[in-house]
Amino acid sequence: MSDTSHRTDAYVRTEMLPEAEPPGTQRGIVKWGRENLFSDVPNSILTIVSMIAVYYILVGVMPWLLNGIWDAPSIRECRALLDGKTGGCFAVLTERWNQLLFGFKYPSEEYWRPAVAFALLFVAAAPVMFFKYLPRKMLIFTALYPFLAFWLVWGGTIWTPIFALVGFIAGYLVWTTFVARSFAAGFFGAIVAALVTWWIGGFIAGLLAPENPLLSAVPSRDMGGFMLNMILGTVCVSLSLPLGIALALGRQSSMPIIKWICILFIEFVRGVPLITLLFVANVVLAYFLPPGTSFDLILRVIIMITMFSSAYIAEVIRGGLAALPRGQYEAGDSLGLDYPQAMRLIILPQALKISIPGIVNVAVGLFKDTTLVSVISMFDLVGMIRGPILASTEWNGVYWELFGMAALLFFVVCYGISQYSQWLERELRTDHR
Amino acid sequence: MTTLSDPPGESFRLSMLLNDTRYRSYTFQFIALICVIGLFAYLASNLVANLRAAGLNISYDFLRDPSNYDINQRLIEYDSQSSHWRASLVGVLNTLLVAFLACVTATIFGVFAGVLRLSHNWLIRKLMAVYVEAFRNVPVLIWIIIIFTIMTAVLPQPRAFRGDDATASMLFDSMAFTNRGVFTPRPIFESGSMIVVLVFLASIVGVFAYRRYTTKLLYATGKLLPRGWPSLAILFLPSIVIYYIMGQPISLEYPELKGFNFSGGWNIRGSLIALWFALAIYTGAFIAENVRAGIQAVSTGQTEAAASLGLRPGRIMNLVVLPQALRVIIPPLISQYLNITKNSSLAIAVGYMDITGTLGGITLNQTGRAIESVLLLMAFYLAISLAISALMNVYNNSIKLKER
Repeated sequence: MSDTSHRTDAYVRTEMLPEAEPPGTQRGIVKWGRENLFSDVPNSILTIVSMIAVYYILVGVMPWLLNGIWDAPSIRECRALLDGKTGGCFAVLTERWNQLLFGFKYPSEEYWRPAVAFALLFVAAAPVMFFKYLPRKMLIFTALYPFLAFWLVWGGTIWTPIFALVGFIAGYLVWTTFVARSFAAGFFGAIVAALVTWWIGGFIAGLLAPENPLLSAVPSRDMGGFMLNMILGTVCVSLSLPLGIALALGRQSSMPIIKWICILFIEFVRGVPLITLLFVANVVLAYFLPPGTSFDLILRVIIMITMFSSAYIAEVIRGGLAALPRGQYEAGDSLGLDYPQAMRLIILPQALKISIPGIVNVAVGLFKDTTLVSVISMFDLVGMIRGPILASTEWNGVYWELFGMAALLFFVVCYGISQYSQWLERELRTDHR
Repeated sequence: MTTLSDPPGESFRLSMLLNDTRYRSYTFQFIALICVIGLFAYLASNLVANLRAAGLNISYDFLRDPSNYDINQRLIEYDSQSSHWRASLVGVLNTLLVAFLACVTATIFGVFAGVLRLSHNWLIRKLMAVYVEAFRNVPVLIWIIIIFTIMTAVLPQPRAFRGDDATASMLFDSMAFTNRGVFTPRPIFESGSMIVVLVFLASIVGVFAYRRYTTKLLYATGKLLPRGWPSLAILFLPSIVIYYIMGQPISLEYPELKGFNFSGGWNIRGSLIALWFALAIYTGAFIAENVRAGIQAVSTGQTEAAASLGLRPGRIMNLVVLPQALRVIIPPLISQYLNITKNSSLAIAVGYMDITGTLGGITLNQTGRAIESVLLLMAFYLAISLAISALMNVYNNSIKLKER
């Protein structure tokens, strides 16, 4: 064998060397850059081209943003202040801020009312959105919120929302009494009870209405600005959810007539653009109502948008229903549950969970589509900008600041909602990953 | 024996309509039917009463009357003496034109952005994410108006192109971007041009035949012929040769500045371009997400399996990943096309004369025939939607995974 063991070497290292730093090209930002930006020739070209593009965009936009004038009464003065430099006339935003938010007819001393309603919207939505982390008792406020918000925004006698609320409570009481015996009895009984209460309440509210209500009444046609988008968005989404569930269940039903009614409705509404439905609300619907009745335009629009979005939500929920394994339906049957019980207790909770991303997509799309009402000459955010603000002599020609602001407002809301839905999806995930 | 499984022979009682599950569904359906019929009857009676009160009737005769309005962007002959029917036809063609252009462009944007969102390049990935989020979360109406504003308020007037000290100049001396629209050269077909066009169409068929032949050869013998360059050659060479043999029968007519405006060439209005690009960029962001989802839906095992078989990256993409990804991508892609067609009705916001602008806009306002116009409008969009979804069903069935 070898004689290495017997050799007496001059030097043998007995302890480990300390770990050397990786070479400069293999660590820190250089390594990251080499891997993520300049990994090969095409990638490097792409990186450099996009860097140049970003640079030019920044060079174009930054002076406009930074040199902006925030305080001027009109575009002429704003341009005089700029004195030939590049800069945005953001003064239009500060000067017309209230108009952008509330429209140009809402009485200015009442601006606090929609503002409070908007702030309370978060309080009302929070227990639904973060149901795991907030006490269930807060849901009581959520239930009260629609009536409170209606009273705040529209004003007038407080008895109208109170009797509306009483009608719902009466319906709920009848429902809880009878639902144990039969779903149909509870359901239709609740509807009858609510209708009777509203009918009686209508008379009493008319009698009780004071001369000068606490909050002065604001007619619907005075709503405008971003407030109108928010009203249409929240009201239509919340109304179309139950309607969409009903349509989806109807479409899955084994009863042919009900199934076909639902299919025809859904396919018809999904086949036409929202604008045509808004035309219907604007010019056609009046022909189909009893002679002499005059409906609010805003109410007609709410009906049409709700129909529109309920058809889309129905399709999303149908997808969720179809995604459930058959075993779930059969399990419900084998437990001896009847159809409403099986749906309420087994099928819908799972199907709705699957459909959350789709429902949120529909909701975001619907909120964006509320800008379409500007086409039928309602003054929502876009309508305000294109109409009263750009047409005024003071601000004629301030396009970028205004449309940039509108885009930003919508972006914040829609991006926020979609981020929330992604968070909720992670939260509700029950599989083990 | 059969009596054992028979239900107890009790006679039919009225309460069974509510309590017996065998009959209850009939009750419900009957009630629903009565309700729907009642609702329609109520609406119809209101309609009749309202029409009688207003002295109107339902009639489509107005479609034959002269329209008395002009349409500046049109594909077929039309003037203000043409009928409302003709105006609607112009509108239909304009809708189809902008929908087609936007579909093609949106697909290109969407595929690029979707593939680049999966790029290894951090900067590109982030830029594409910004594009997708920015455009998906802002209403398309705002994008249409913003691009329309660029087209009408930022671009120079035609007279800026005039004189020695012109402030604006034409791109390649052939295209002029003005606030009255974009002027581009127009091809003029002279005698003999038919042959060139026919040869070109024949070469398209030739390309497909050649590709089919190479596939067949590959499967039969394993021999792989080059595909890219021969295809290009087959596509263009014969047409170019014929073009020169026939004595250059196709020429371009360039737009020229005459008086206050350009004349000659094609004039694409700013409203069309605004609608086209806004729809394309907006829908492109949605398509990008579909494409990304589709590519990610193909499991990495597939890619690795293909790589371990010795396929090169390009062929892995073409032969393994794309065919499986397309199955996921195509159905939502087609519903995005449907969305483009429906969203093209927003043309009315920028004055592009599509079917909503003609039939649902000026015709409706001039004649006051609201019900008829809106009904026709809905029927048109419904027909398109149903046609596209029928196509989609055929396609879905053809690519469905053939399972056991």
